[in-house]
Order: sequence, then structure tokens, then C-alpha cells
Amino acid sequence: MNNRVRTAWLFLAPMLVLMGVVAVWPLLRSVWFAFTETNINNLEASRFIGLENFVGPYGLFFNPNYTDGFWASDWGTAIRNTFQFAFVSVILETLAGLGVAMLLNQEFKGRTLVRTAVLVPWAIPTIVSAKMWGWMLHDQFGVVNQLLLDWGLIADKIAWTADAGTAMWSVVLVDVWKTTPFMALLILAALQTLPRDCYEAARVDGVHPLRVFWKVTLPLIRQPLLVAMVFRLLDALRVFDLIYVLTSNDSSTISMSGLVMREMVEAGNVGFGSAASTSLFLIIMLSAVVFLRATRVKLAEA
Amino acid sequence: MSRIEFNKVCKRYAPGLPLTIKDATLTIDDGEFCVFVGPSGCGKSTLLRCVAGLEDISSGDLSIAGVRVNDLPPAKRGVAMVFQSYALYPHMTVRENMAFGLQVMGADKAAIARKVQNAADILQLGPLMDRLPKALSGGQRQRVAIGRAIVKEPKLFLFDEPLSNLDAALRVQTRLEIAKLHRDLGSASMIYVTHDQVEAMTLADKIVLLHTGKLIDERGSVAQVGSPMTLYHRPASTFVAGFIGSPKMNLLPGKLVGAEAGHALVEVAGQPVRAAVDARAVAAGSAVQIGIRPEHIVVADTGEGAALPATLLHVERLGDASLLYVNPGAGLPTMTVRAEGSVVRPAGTALSLRLLPEALHVFDAAGQACMRTVELPV
Amino acid sequence: MNQRPLLGSVALYAAAALVVCISVGPFLYMVLTSLKTGAALFDPAIWPKQATTANYTALFEGAQPFGRHLLNSVIVATVTVGGAMVLAVTASYALGRIRFKGKGLLMLTLLGVSMFPQVAVLSGMFELIQALGLFNRTLGLVVPYTIFTLPFTVWILTTFMRDLPGELEEAAIMDGCSPLRIIFQVFLPLLWPALVSTGLLAFIGAWNEFLFALTFIVEDDQRTVPVGISMIAGATAYEIPWGSIMAASVIVTLPLLGLVLVFQKKIVSGLTAGAVKG
Repeated sequence: MNNRVRTAWLFLAPMLVLMGVVAVWPLLRSVWFAFTETNINNLEASRFIGLENFVGPYGLFFNPNYTDGFWASDWGTAIRNTFQFAFVSVILETLAGLGVAMLLNQEFKGRTLVRTAVLVPWAIPTIVSAKMWGWMLHDQFGVVNQLLLDWGLIADKIAWTADAGTAMWSVVLVDVWKTTPFMALLILAALQTLPRDCYEAARVDGVHPLRVFWKVTLPLIRQPLLVAMVFRLLDALRVFDLIYVLTSNDSSTISMSGLVMREMVEAGNVGFGSAASTSLFLIIMLSAVVFLRATRVKLAEA
Repeated sequence: MSRIEFNKVCKRYAPGLPLTIKDATLTIDDGEFCVFVGPSGCGKSTLLRCVAGLEDISSGDLSIAGVRVNDLPPAKRGVAMVFQSYALYPHMTVRENMAFGLQVMGADKAAIARKVQNAADILQLGPLMDRLPKALSGGQRQRVAIGRAIVKEPKLFLFDEPLSNLDAALRVQTRLEIAKLHRDLGSASMIYVTHDQVEAMTLADKIVLLHTGKLIDERGSVAQVGSPMTLYHRPASTFVAGFIGSPKMNLLPGKLVGAEAGHALVEVAGQPVRAAVDARAVAAGSAVQIGIRPEHIVVADTGEGAALPATLLHVERLGDASLLYVNPGAGLPTMTVRAEGSVVRPAGTALSLRLLPEALHVFDAAGQACMRTVELPV
Repeated sequence: MNQRPLLGSVALYAAAALVVCISVGPFLYMVLTSLKTGAALFDPAIWPKQATTANYTALFEGAQPFGRHLLNSVIVATVTVGGAMVLAVTASYALGRIRFKGKGLLMLTLLGVSMFPQVAVLSGMFELIQALGLFNRTLGLVVPYTIFTLPFTVWILTTFMRDLPGELEEAAIMDGCSPLRIIFQVFLPLLWPALVSTGLLAFIGAWNEFLFALTFIVEDDQRTVPVGISMIAGATAYEIPWGSIMAASVIVTLPLLGLVLVFQKKIVSGLTAGAVKG
């Protein structure tokens, strides 16, 4: 059987080598760049500057130039934006997904049609969604403003994607619209594996459907639900495309990834940008650990 | 040419785990039909897979036709296997399924076609050759699986519970076909794994009954090797006696009073009883178990053998025979008696069970049998 | 089965209608917009007074080489997915069917790699691409795209490989098959639906990628579709050609939508297999 093990590693080798070249090496180099000052037009001439990109007067954290406090700085704002976006989005899309899944779990005429329709937002590329909603939310010609005005819900047209107060919400809206199908399908799959007898027993006992949902359904799908949420949360922390295209990386909505792009590519500051990207990487890893611990605690309690 | 020898074969799945197979030593002769049988957990399938080469042998030697095969891959051992679920390649027709193994080995097309046709003839697969497995019934798939094995002209056929997925009627029919196949193929040996002792008794030239649980550690994996009649009439231990034969052999606690060359005297339920066994190796006065098969007990008030009084608890009528469940006394286990015909007697009837010396088995305190001194029936 | 109360039915169908409207509405609106040009775009009415395909034709004749963008996207996605699948088939066999030490850790690492933020490798990748002479070339995108495509395909194919019956593999071993033979002659014919859906999902992922495409390609000719759309500019600096943008979006979305709808069952099972079992 040792033959089998040797074969396994042989079969895995090409993939591992490729991943090493394509993922591990660039990651290590990026971390290296974080400790240097480098300009994008001349990658070879990089100057080692230690932790200057991370802390100190030119750094991301503990910067004495942050007179309004860390959270008001560009980097702090980016972190704040990203986490706000991630949590709000994921909670909303989980709730919406739960609703849609419960709907699809019922048997009714046209159920397949609804399920097909639900897939549409997910199939549309993010860029297209961003442009499409950008158009619908357009302050002057957008249909959303038009409808809201017609229905008397607002007095003046709102610049949804430009106004600092509403920009983040418009990003959340588009993301929720786009990702709810994914959550709905996952939850539906979980719902469909639930044993029927619980429900039949509840029905025989005459238990109200809402109570059935709360006391029976929810606890049973808790585990896959939490897993899906953690998955999505970690995914949402890397958001870039949507914010960049919908709101052009405006400071009220800029995400951590957006800031990296701005610094590294637009400003050409590879060293600083790499420090930001490395910090982002660490923040996400830390979040992953925290989220997994939290869900494991919840599952252990269950 | 197809002799298989096991020498102290042991198998452990991982260090720290108990041995799944311990000290299996036996020989299967040329052309013999050998059945591995035993309760679940006895390792019979594992042992079969060790022979096939699908599992590694942890220690000990396995030889096929005189060649040590421990380190040989399955395809080089000259064996062919019929799987419990048939394992036919779903995307290939019957013909392609049967030809596949030969193709992999590099045989030329003409030889392959000839062998496939030959196997198809033996198993009457003619009209099915171009069908896919999903278009076949369970019994047909099984025949294709057997055909796939025949085509390779192996020294040894391995069957892993081939009848368990068939319904009862088909099972009996296929059992007969397998017996016929063995006769037709002559020189090849067969190892057949089953949990069904009826299949073992009817098909085997040689039965290998395997221990389960703690007994594996205490006594090794092999409980007894022998012909079906040997295991039936001369079980080597209470384990064997309890597994072979249905309904199970009755076992009663007793005491050895005395032993001579041709027979022994034991005390059962307060009664002195003679048994045709050689119990000289057992110390007088020690606790023993008396065994008697349900069909060997005669219910009669007078006649040969010691009389054991018992109370009738319940009768099950099977049509051709009746099973009487009787209580031989306080503190003693319920006994089963098999009587011919239909017995109509009310519960509570007092009966007299006659225990003939030739019908009795004696097992020592460790469950090992004393040698019986009667002739084995043919 | 019991009869649903009338109120319940009404609520159910109302909810269903709402869900369908919200899901499909925006896309339909996008299609309608793409059929308007010029001043009609600024008309608040939803339906175009005069539907025209002018936007579509303009895309292929205009300043941006939209047709070229489409071709580039197809090439990059196909090469990425094709290469990943070849490696993933053997890798997933090892991960799905062979027991060995360190497998769990390896699977987790793979998952981890596909989860880390793309920007984390941006500078290193930039350097790599330049060194390989692939900067500003469409095919160069295959390198960063492999980061998420390869683990994804391996992960999903592993769950499918795991589900194949063990006795089938053993029968093949008894027939003398080497592992490669088992993969290609016994398993692959059974796995091809899984390959299709995995390939499809991976293709969609590569097709939609934006960040790397934005960073590593600056020459318009070499651009892929997502970046191309985001950069559709109008005749003057102040004019945003919404009509053209919508038309481009429709063109890009329709095939994807079509593929997803046709293969929806397989895609759903692929998604849930990867996620739920993971």
C-alpha cells in the first residue's frame, strides 16, 4: 500500500508545484515588498526600510500624523468600511436567503420557474451588476429615483452612489441582491436534507408553523448555516470589484483591497501598498480564526 | 497447480488496533471449493481481500501454486474476484466488461474474443453481450461478473458474498449454478466468503470457520477447518457447534463424573448420562457443557438413552417438522427439539427427552470439544 | 397532504412573484435600456419608444475593440480552466481516494489559498509577470487566475471522486489497471458530468475576474471583457454612454445566463457539494 501513497504524492506534485509558483512565491515576495520602499515603475530598485510602512510617521498603524485618530485615517476608514460592509451584507443576505429558501422549499406550481429566476442575479458578472445598478441608481436618470419620486417616498432625487451617507448602502444592496441566490441555494440544500418526520410529528401535534421554524428548523440547519456565513464573511472581507466600479473607490466606501490598489497601482507606492495588503491578509486570517472559534463554541453549545 | 497455503497470516489495520486476522494457517488444495464463513466481524472478507491483494498482509506468508505472493500486485497473482455488488463498469457493454482485464494485460484481439466467447457460452450470456449493465437484472449482472472472472483463466476464483444481493429464489438457483460452475471448471480453486451457513454447508468442499471478537485474540482467527460434515458432527468448540446447524445445538451445563476410552459419564440436570466421547484429558469433577442437536433428541417416555424430564413451553409447526421449546429444569437454558411431522401438544405438558450417547457432544470448561468416538456419516 | 389555507396560498404566490420580480427585473431593465439611444436614455419611461440595436452595432465598430475583449476573455478563461482541470483530475484522485498522512492539512491549505485576498499577492505577482515577460499580455492573466481556479477545481472534483464506488476501483485493480488507467478509463467516463459543471463554474469565475485584469493589462487591445466594460467611455469626457454599457453588459451576460440556466441542476449540485460537504 505504500505504493499507493507514493502514487498519491506523484499525482499531487504538479499541482503543488504550480501552486507554489503561482501563489506561495508571489505572496512571499509581496510580504517582502512590505518592508521596502519600491516604486511600481522600477521594481528592482527597492530599498529596505524595515517596519516604516507599518508603524511610524509613514506607516499604516500607530501613525502620529493621525490627528483625528486611527479610525478617521484612510487605512482605518478602509478597515471600518470593509467590516461594516461584510457584516451587514452577510447578515442581510442570510436572512433574505433563508426567506427565499423557505419559499422554494414549499411545493407550488411554478416552483422551478422561481428557482431558475433566483439564479439570475448570481449568474450576472459583478461588473455588469455594478454597472446595471449604477444605472438604476443614477441620480438624474435612474429608474429607482423615478419610481420612489412617483410613489411619493422621497422628495428629491438622491445620489445613491455618490452621496457619502448612502453610498455604502447602495454597495450593500447590490451585494445582497447578487449573493442571496447563493445563500438561498445552500440553505435550501440543507433544508431538503432535514428528516420529514419531525415536521409530520409537529403537524400532528398541531404546533404553529412559526414555532416549528424557530424550534425545529433553525436549530437543525444551524451548522451548515454558520459554515456558509463564515465562508461568506471571509469572502466579503476581500471585496474590491463592486466598490471600485459602483462608487469609484470613494473614501466613504473604499475597502481594504481598494486602498491597496490605490496606493500600489495608482500612486505607484509598491512598498506601502504591500504593507497594506499584508496587513489585510493578516487581518483576514485573524478574522478566520476568530469566526471559526466563535462558531465552534456555538456548535458545541448546541 | 492451484494450491493455496496460509502460514500464520496476520493482519492489523493500524498500529495500536487489535489484530483483525491472527495466525491464520490453512491449506486449500487444487480445485477445492473452500468457504470462509463466520459471524460479522470475523475478518472473512478481510482475509479474502488479503488473498486478492487488495489488502496488505501484516505478517505471515501466503503462497499460491508454490509462489509467495505477499508482495505481488493482484493482477500478477493469478486470481480473479467476483464482488458483492458485481462492480461492473457502467459505461462498458457486457462484452467490453469481460474483455477489459485481458486488454489491460496486453493479450491479442483474437485470443480475447475467443476467451470472451467461451465464457459467454458457459454462462449463457449470448443475447446480453452488447447490453450495458444498467439494462441487466441482478442475476444477469452477477453472471457477467462471474464471466469477467472466468475469462482471465485464473488459478483461483474469489467470491465475496455473491448471493447476498439476490432475492431468496434467485439465491437458491444461483447457488446451484455456482456449484455446477465449480464442477465444470475443474482445476481452479475457489474461495467463497459468506455469512450464511447454509451456503457454506451446501457448496463447500472445505469450510474455514473464523472466530470473532475476543476469541480471535485468545484462539487465533481460525475456529475450525474441515469438510461440512466434519464441522457439523465433530465441532471443535462450542463456537463452531453454535454457528453450524440451524436451529442451534442445545448446550447444557454439566459435570464430568468419569471418563474411559470409548465413553464418558456426565451429570446433567441431576441425571447421569453416558456420552460417546473420549474425555480422558479432562479432570474428573470439572464443569463441562453437554451439547445435543435439536434433531437428535427423541421425545419418548421409554427407549434408549438417559431420560431427561422437561416441560413443554411452546410449539412451532413448520409443516414438515415441529420445533418444541422445552424447559429441562430450573436454572437450565431452554432447549429446542426438532420433531418430524406436526406435533400438537399443549404448553405445560411433561415430556421425557431421551439422550442417546451417540448424539451427545461434550465440551470442556474452555469450550473445546472432547473427541467423539462415533463414526462420521458420509 | 393537507390543503393550504387560501390566505397562505395568496401570500405564497405573492412572495414568489416578488422574488421573481426582484431577481429578474433589473436584468430586464438593462436589456430595455440597451435598446434605447441618445435622448431616449434620459427619458424616464421604462419601455423604449423606439427600440433600436444601434448600441450593439456601435460596440463593435466603436473606439473600444469590444469584440477583441470578448475573444481575450474566452481565451484566458479557456486556457486557465483547461490547464487547471488536467492537473485537478489526478490531484483529486489522490485526495479523494488514497489515504495518506497530511491529507487533511493539505485540503485545508488548498481551501485557505483560495480564500486569501487577491491583493495580498499583487506586488509579488506583478514582479513575476514582468519577469516572465507577460505583463500587458492577455495570456499572462492565466498565471494569477490559476491561484483560485486550481484549488477550486481540485476541491470540487475531490468530492466527486470520493463518491465513486470503491468496488469499481477494486475491480479495475484486479484487472491490472494502474492508477492512471483507473482514472482515465474507468472513472473519467463516469465523472464527465461533474467535469462539465466544475469546468463551467471555474470558467465563470475566470471570466468575471476584475482586479488582476485591471492591474496587469493596460493596453486596450489585450483587455478582457469586465475591465473593458468598466472603461467604456463616451464621445466627450463628460458623457457616459449608458446605452453602450448596457448593450455590452447584455452581450456578456446572455451566454453566461444561458449556460447557467441550461446546466442549473448540475451547477447547484456542484456548488452545494463543494460547500456543504466542505
